Amino acid sequence: MSDVAQATIAPESPAQQALLTPSQLAWKRFKRHRLALISGLFLVILYLITGFAEFFAPYEKTTRNIKAIYAPPMSIDFFDTEGNFQFRPFTYGYTLTIDEVTWARKYIEDPKQKFDFYFFSRGESYEFWNLFKADFHFFVVKDEDGRLGYFHLLGTDQLGRDVLSRVLYGGRVSLSIGLIGIGLTLFLGVLLGGFAGYIGGFVDRVVQRIIEVIQSLPTLPLWMSLTAALPAHWSSIRVYFGVTLILSFFGWTALARQVRGRFLALRDEDFIVAARLIGGGNTRVIFKHMMPNFMSHTITTATLAVPGMILGETALSFLGIGLRPPIVSWGVLMKEAQNYQVIVMTPWILFPGLFVVLAVMAYNLLGDGLRDAADPHNIGGLK
Amino acid sequence: MNDVVLKVRDLNKSFDGVPAIQDISFDLFRAETLGIVGESGSGKTTLARCILRAIEPDSGHVEFLSDDGKVDLLKLRHKAMLPLRREMQMVFQDPYASLNPRMTVREIIEEPLVIHGVKSKAKRLERIREILDLVQLDHDSLYRFPHAFSGGQRQRIGIARALILRPKMVVCDETVSALDVSVQAQIINLLEDLQRELHLTYMFVAHDLAVVRHICDRVLVMHRGKVVESGTIDQVFDHPQQNYTKLLLSAIPSPDPDVRLNPLDRRTLGL
Amino acid sequence: MTDNVLEIRDLGVEFKTDTGTTNALRGVNFDVPRGKVTAIVGESGSGKSVTANCIMRLIQRPGRITSGSILFNPTSTESFDIVALPDKDSLIYELRGGLISMVFQEPMTALSPVHKVGDQVSEAILCHRNVSKAEAWEEAAEMLNHVGIEDVSRRINMYPFEFSGGMRQRVVIATALVCHPEVLICDEPTTALDVTIQAEILTLIKRLQTELNNSILFITHDIGVVAQISDYVVVMYQGRVLEIGSTHQVLKDPKHPYTQGLLAAIPGIAPPDQRLSTISDVVGDIDITTAYPLTTLSDGRKVSLPQEALRKFSIRRTSETL
Repeated sequence: MSDVAQATIAPESPAQQALLTPSQLAWKRFKRHRLALISGLFLVILYLITGFAEFFAPYEKTTRNIKAIYAPPMSIDFFDTEGNFQFRPFTYGYTLTIDEVTWARKYIEDPKQKFDFYFFSRGESYEFWNLFKADFHFFVVKDEDGRLGYFHLLGTDQLGRDVLSRVLYGGRVSLSIGLIGIGLTLFLGVLLGGFAGYIGGFVDRVVQRIIEVIQSLPTLPLWMSLTAALPAHWSSIRVYFGVTLILSFFGWTALARQVRGRFLALRDEDFIVAARLIGGGNTRVIFKHMMPNFMSHTITTATLAVPGMILGETALSFLGIGLRPPIVSWGVLMKEAQNYQVIVMTPWILFPGLFVVLAVMAYNLLGDGLRDAADPHNIGGLK
Repeated sequence: MNDVVLKVRDLNKSFDGVPAIQDISFDLFRAETLGIVGESGSGKTTLARCILRAIEPDSGHVEFLSDDGKVDLLKLRHKAMLPLRREMQMVFQDPYASLNPRMTVREIIEEPLVIHGVKSKAKRLERIREILDLVQLDHDSLYRFPHAFSGGQRQRIGIARALILRPKMVVCDETVSALDVSVQAQIINLLEDLQRELHLTYMFVAHDLAVVRHICDRVLVMHRGKVVESGTIDQVFDHPQQNYTKLLLSAIPSPDPDVRLNPLDRRTLGL
Repeated sequence: MTDNVLEIRDLGVEFKTDTGTTNALRGVNFDVPRGKVTAIVGESGSGKSVTANCIMRLIQRPGRITSGSILFNPTSTESFDIVALPDKDSLIYELRGGLISMVFQEPMTALSPVHKVGDQVSEAILCHRNVSKAEAWEEAAEMLNHVGIEDVSRRINMYPFEFSGGMRQRVVIATALVCHPEVLICDEPTTALDVTIQAEILTLIKRLQTELNNSILFITHDIGVVAQISDYVVVMYQGRVLEIGSTHQVLKDPKHPYTQGLLAAIPGIAPPDQRLSTISDVVGDIDITTAYPLTTLSDGRKVSLPQEALRKFSIRRTSETL
């Protein structure tokens, strides 16, 4: 069978392929994964939007619209009730009616309240990253007299807060926990795994045992007790970092194992032995020869571990022991939807869940693509 | 000719209590090619790596005639080995695994010079161009990565890396076994040419007896970690004394269809 | 016409990759005579394994058979074209392991590590014939005995990892032969083995061939192995056949410059004190890459050469075309 592979790549490897660097080759392999590429793009956009949530979100996370409590998602229109086309998109406000029998709230689109969309306009003021005041928004809606109207793409919650805005602010917390957490995990994993794999012997055994102990602990109860132990008087930012720390404390073990395995495997590779035989010292062998050859692998693993972090935060907050209001995260938002009434009466409160699913899936698909791209043996088009 | 470059005495190494090589002793003379043959598990690769201290042997002596006189390699600390590394090098079997996939050819060939303190960049480049000519590689291959080369070309890169420090002794560990016949012939010719030009001493580890017969002056036959027979090529191939050598030689399929394969029986030889 | 078990005509295979299309086979023509050993010899990329995979219909995407036919003439059923069979045809399953079976290079990966040797050998029987498990085991034991495994009653209950490399390859051969295939394809079966074990396996294959009188297609890159095992030789290069003839003809008196180069490059043939010739030394400026048709020479062998190079040979003038 090796003949097949030979036949496909060896005879006429085009000259331009020969000149590519390993990273260019990896990018070529990655581009073949349409889904991974889309996922990567999606995540970049998601991070940008949540990162600049103040600008993209129409409202602050705590702004209430008492005219629309538990209001369903509003639509973006181009045609008014008479069927006239208008280039500038608009939306209709709500009038509230209450069913006389069931006392159920019912929002009906009111053609008299017509709000037009204005992009890159001034709206509600906010403090950008707690640094400076601004009131510039991606879009605002105004009525004919130029007064600010209201628009809730994903509806509102029981206090009349805009779900979309809260999802964006919550995403900033949930997504960054994933990223910061994985950074910590990577640091711990590469450091300890690398030590264990390179030095071997006693150090290796100690690290291995620690990993085994941590891995054999039941995760959820321990998460719960640790987060519950975070002092109640802590500020939200400290709780945020506390939870991140707890999540990565359990996450590093798998990564360390992998790094250790790669180190052990690489140690016996011919090109490492060759580097040693020309007189290369430990530092040179590790940083020049080993690191570049396992980092791509490690980054892939890390990417695949981010969803675990996001889900961990969501799960903890959902159970009410992770992040707590006033911090807004996807988990916190889902805790608010923890109610069977929600599913029947106001299903739009569940939108944060959809975002969790999308983000996690995107990370997994991206990780799959990276894994294939990082594999240097994957040269031909043999899918 | 009778300069002893390497004197190995009673070399032992075992892995987890299982002996890989036992009481190996031999001499390696200047400018000769010593073949080390044996089947898988005979310990020939372990022997080669122990001599270069890629693996730490358990006991024995490896006396190397360096430019500064005789030294026992096994008594040196790793730091003290560094200056000796430029005098002894290794060429590996697998041309795919022995080159760092993330370094350009230039970086790969240049690294030994960097480590051994050739400071001037221009001087390094000059040496690199010199060695490329010696191993017959194009100069425009310098900025390419190993994946752009065929097996034979990669093996040339590996040889260039080993020779750029102008070593005295080169250990070839199955250097031509993974190559196609036509490429193998080119690399064998190259190794022979380089030996003549640079007065190299080769230790040639191989399982292919025909290759060994072609390239070597003397040969050690290894079996289960021990040297069972040694001598000049003609002695060993034409008048084998030991049963194992006889078995090994009888098993070579001749490319002449008139010479029928008639392998001796392992059991009647008591092996 | 001679009695051929396989007749391969104008076989073409291509592999589509990111970097373009590679023609792995470019019009391959040769016969496998019944009851003989035919060797395909070539370097990597010559297409010798691809040819074998075509016969077993093992070519998968991105590979594709683009042209040609493989006429199979079994004694038990009617002749048919293997290439023309639809993808899921039941004949394909009957073909694989039943009428034609294959021995691979790696005896370690060809056997399942978690099943007993007896199970693996008898499985081939159970797949292709309607017999009870006990009968299958009995036959398996007989076949294992036949391939030179001693103490079969004990060993049949052992697992592959308890066997040495040579023993494992014997088990693989037993598995391949247990259904009495008409053609046995050996794809580099001794390349991964030590030379003494290789000699044993070659002797075994040769012995079994004379006893069972089946047809063998033997793929290898080793001229020594070719010389020892085969009756006929097919020399392949870059997806094409360059020379076909009896082993004696091809190895003792090669006509095609590539074959001559291949032989000159072997260390075992050239005298030790002489430089080895490389193929390009021997071939010189003769064009060996263009697909010239095979021409039958007066001694019966076939070569693929340009007209001007053919001039020095006497060509057989017959109506037979290839």
